Amino acid sequence: MDTGGANGMIGPLALLSQFNDAINFIFHSRDSVTGGVRIGGSHLLPMLARHVELSAVSLGVACALAIPLGLWLGHLGRGQLVAVSVSNVGRAVPSFALLAFFVAYLGTGFTNASFALILLAIPPILTNTYVGVRQVDREIVDAARGQGMTGWEIVRSAELPIALPLIFGGVRTSAVNVVATATIGPLIGVVTLGDPIINSSVYGSAGQLGASIMVAVLALLTEVIFAALQRAVTPKGLRLAAGASTSRRRFWTPKRRAYSTS
Amino acid sequence: MTGPIGFGGGLPLATVLIHQRSGTTCEAANGFCPNWIAHNFSRYETPLLQHVVLTVVSVAIGFGIAFALALLAHRRRWLAGPVTGVTGVLYTIPSLSFFFVLQPITGRGSLTAIVALVSYTLLIIFRNVTTGLAGVAPETRDAGRGLGLSDRQLLWKVELPLALPEIIAGVRVATTTTVGLATLAFFAGAGGLGAQINADPVFKSNVVVAGGLCVALAVVLDIVLLALQRAVTPWTRAVPTA
Amino acid sequence: MNRTTTQTGEAASAHEAATLELRSVTKRYPGADEDAIAELSLEVPAGDICVLVGPSGCGKTTAMRLVNRMISITSGDILLAGRSVTELRPAELRKRIGYVIQQIGLFPHRTIAQNIATVPRLLDWKKERTAARVRELLDLVSLPAEMADRYPAQLSGGQRQRVGVARALAADPPLMLMDEPFGAIDPITRERLQNEFLRLQSELRKTIVFVTHDIDEAIKMGDRIAVLRKGGVLAQYATPAELLMAPADDFVEDFVGADRALKRLALLRVRDVQLWRAPLVREGDSTAQAREQVRTSDLPYPLLVSEDGRPLGWLSEDDLVKGRVELPVDTAAEPVLDRDSVLRDALAELLERDTQYGPVVDQRGHVVGVLSLELISHFLASSDAIQADPADRVTDTPALS
Ligand SMILES: Nc1ncnc2c1ncn2[C@@H]1O[C@H](COP(=O)(O)OP(=O)(O)OP(=O)(O)O)[C@@H](O)[C@H]1O
Ligand SMILES: [Mg+2]
Repeated sequence: MDTGGANGMIGPLALLSQFNDAINFIFHSRDSVTGGVRIGGSHLLPMLARHVELSAVSLGVACALAIPLGLWLGHLGRGQLVAVSVSNVGRAVPSFALLAFFVAYLGTGFTNASFALILLAIPPILTNTYVGVRQVDREIVDAARGQGMTGWEIVRSAELPIALPLIFGGVRTSAVNVVATATIGPLIGVVTLGDPIINSSVYGSAGQLGASIMVAVLALLTEVIFAALQRAVTPKGLRLAAGASTSRRRFWTPKRRAYSTS
Repeated sequence: MTGPIGFGGGLPLATVLIHQRSGTTCEAANGFCPNWIAHNFSRYETPLLQHVVLTVVSVAIGFGIAFALALLAHRRRWLAGPVTGVTGVLYTIPSLSFFFVLQPITGRGSLTAIVALVSYTLLIIFRNVTTGLAGVAPETRDAGRGLGLSDRQLLWKVELPLALPEIIAGVRVATTTTVGLATLAFFAGAGGLGAQINADPVFKSNVVVAGGLCVALAVVLDIVLLALQRAVTPWTRAVPTA
Repeated sequence: MNRTTTQTGEAASAHEAATLELRSVTKRYPGADEDAIAELSLEVPAGDICVLVGPSGCGKTTAMRLVNRMISITSGDILLAGRSVTELRPAELRKRIGYVIQQIGLFPHRTIAQNIATVPRLLDWKKERTAARVRELLDLVSLPAEMADRYPAQLSGGQRQRVGVARALAADPPLMLMDEPFGAIDPITRERLQNEFLRLQSELRKTIVFVTHDIDEAIKMGDRIAVLRKGGVLAQYATPAELLMAPADDFVEDFVGADRALKRLALLRVRDVQLWRAPLVREGDSTAQAREQVRTSDLPYPLLVSEDGRPLGWLSEDDLVKGRVELPVDTAAEPVLDRDSVLRDALAELLERDTQYGPVVDQRGHVVGVLSLELISHFLASSDAIQADPADRVTDTPALS
């Protein structure tokens, strides 16, 4: 084959035909490079489903763990260092290395894969939830307490709604991250859309490129959906007051201020 | 068809032999073997170096582009929206698919990897430079203009120095993220520590050393940048004296 | 003498003050329905402090920022030392005009010395010259030299304000613009900074445009006061004394305040008042002579003075029953007032001693007349005698510790 792995320049026509071939792969099935197996087109659907399933399960579990924990820590004002530095540490651990670590120590499979992705998804959600709750004006909380609200009522009626945009910012970051990382799922025994990318000897370069495009579209779609969700959960008053700055916030950058309040 | 390193043979867990698999030794059990690590550490040196180069070059180029874009957007406010939109899309596209989408254009190798990694850093750095510049107090800007600083002098002598903590914070996030993403650069044929992990992902010693080096690299680069930040922004530590 | 504006930046930072002239200056902000400044004309003589005063939003800041072209003029012209400010590029112009903004605006990332050296560095002064100037300015604004290497965050509000003034003075500009420079400072520090600033000005003699919304500060600081009303219309431009004596209209009268008469006392010294002639008697004078003296003077009691004319005490009827005036007398001649002291302070002394009259002495201690409560109240009621020389303004407190 003279197209796929060729180094150096190729003409614009050859380039077009490569992308054309890749799009073709997405919409129409064909025989595999090794022969005997049908690939592409509708045969991609199970992989897509698996990709979404793995991502959704991991993200769901991560949310179920990180949001309550973040609310609790934020409400009590405890564990600031942990809640805040977890996302810095999380960034420093490459997802690929994390996955490989799971393979080496726990083996392959859907459960192990989702474990790895959950670990990956927790830090942004936890940190954003914590920061979101802590940014709630302490006067509002005091006023609520003064009106005789219990801790849970304060969380539900004040802290959670105000923190929600930031929480969803964290969920959004994690969602895109998880969808991207699920691409290397085949490494840990889950046949996601990454399969044609990783096993190019079976799927050919068209499969590799086609699946890459699908993964990119899937990630962008995830981003768009979660951005819309984030907008939807932003209380109108906050949207007007803070402008777009808080609601569009998606990564939390370390600032000196955050550490100095305790 | 795939490069010298990669997943061949249709197996999800393709491995290249980097250690003896026979016998009852620690290595044969794919264990964590300090002895093996001590003897084979040198095989990680080149990948580590590749990883450092990939990261540093990508962040440096990304900084150059994002910084220039941020300065433009600082002058022409309407640019901020479109630039954020475009870099946001680049930020969202998973680097793995980016590597392959780029390959027909840039071929296999470091170039592809660097283009993808650079595009990933743009949004982070752009955002931080613009928020840093926007965060300069209006009265400071006003005083500068009133003393006769030209727009350019105001930018370089007042606004940018004051935005430095925010700017460097952005570079730190971009750097740690890039160290992580560069583990996938071997898919683009650019080597790095990821290639080493991929060479034998079931061998604990290998995974721990290669993965550990990634984390260590991220931490070291972060500390270097933090030290740089502290060195160039002495005023942020000026606490009121009695 | 005016310098030409074509000289290099350094040379043009003239040591002499420059006159400032606004000619029918109008400013309308883009999109606004009304003028922020309307047809404003005024001339500030070289070396004078012109205070712009008026209610919030009347255009004081706008008028000031038109001068150094922080905002562009809609129509009219502004002349600095006889030349239009539009002849220079804005940045060039601003290097020649000291500017102290209300929020001070020190650069947080630069040390105090670096802040003060901002304009000299823009003008490419030599290192040693800049360093010497910084030392000189720190001394001038009464800051210890050790502060040079601190950052603004390490200074108090009053100290920062002084650095702001020093920074504006650095290149010795012929014109200073000061926008409520003492606005955000506690009253005690503010009073001190005002006095200190007046002392500085008596040495420097810059032309200064000073914005405030506090009429008392305006009266204290200004050689001339421009009262603005809403829309940037000039209501009155006059010396403090004229303003207090003859407000142009109800608006100015209102703004100056019901106690404007009292404020006038702060502008004048005892010597500015036509004092009463005292019936002076010395020890050994005959009482008949003393009675005769009382009849021809403004006071009901004779004042006993020493041989060389210093006040000793007041003589009552009891003291005059004998043939000759003798010591001691019952009533001490207190308070003794200095003819150079401020009228307001003299009144305070009289009220404090619960007395009607106070002998006034000259520098050698000789009695030159008597100040009475009646005289002051008469003075307050009339509008004459307000001819105080503005250049001889009252600057009571000297430098601070
Ligand atoms: N940049 C601007 N754009 C539009 N209008 C402005 C602008 N700056 C000031 N104004 C308007 O011009 C008028 C004069 O404002 P200015 O700031 O000069 O008032 P000021 O006398 O300094 O008030 P203060 O005592 O409160 O400082 C006000 O009505 C204000 O709203
Ligand atoms: Mg103002």
